[in-house]
Amino acid sequence: MLHIVSKSPYADASLESCLNHWRDGDALILIEDAVVAALAEGRFSTRLKGLALHVLTPDLEARGLSVKALVDGAAQVDYEGFVDLCAEQPASLSWL
Amino acid sequence: MTHKKIVFVSRKAPYGTNAAAEMIEAVLVTAAFDQQVHLAFLDDGVFQLARAQTPEAIGHKPFAQNLTELGEYDIDHVWVERESLAERGLTEHDLMIAVSLVNRAAMAEVLAEADILMSL
Repeated sequence: MLHIVSKSPYADASLESCLNHWRDGDALILIEDAVVAALAEGRFSTRLKGLALHVLTPDLEARGLSVKALVDGAAQVDYEGFVDLCAEQPASLSWL
Repeated sequence: MTHKKIVFVSRKAPYGTNAAAEMIEAVLVTAAFDQQVHLAFLDDGVFQLARAQTPEAIGHKPFAQNLTELGEYDIDHVWVERESLAERGLTEHDLMIAVSLVNRAAMAEVLAEADILMSL
């Protein structure tokens, strides 16, 4: 499953809930405000380490965060990459 | 028409936004199209099921009416996450309809087995 998280984990429990329902083989993409979770120095980096983690580049750049170090293993993707992820996984869930 | 397993994921408390009410409407419409419809309540979504709601006083229609109709619409399963209830101080006795109680790992399995996941 592809988990799509769009809310900042500092304000909303959706990332937390997503991680609580994680299964082997799942992938995660952080978009919109959720990209703030991907910063290496942030509070959520330990929870995200080792997961198939993707971060939407335009949302990172828009917030001035593309200059910051991201969690180990995080892959930046553009909109096309986002579509590829959706196609690769059997289903996707938006944690709204 | 192929029967897809569609799981509606409801994680929002009622009334603060229209998300919960709109999801129930979407569920009933989808069920009318002869699909395999599942409804999953987790996180704040479990508050939608509390019995004895009187939302008329705050200008909202009650959920109870729609939820008790789910059986008539051929909804295959209503899943509720045990941990979400417990964390919020609720038990299954606080719920207005009969549900399938599952723990968090089993809920993750319900979600993983869906062909299509819907959320609002």
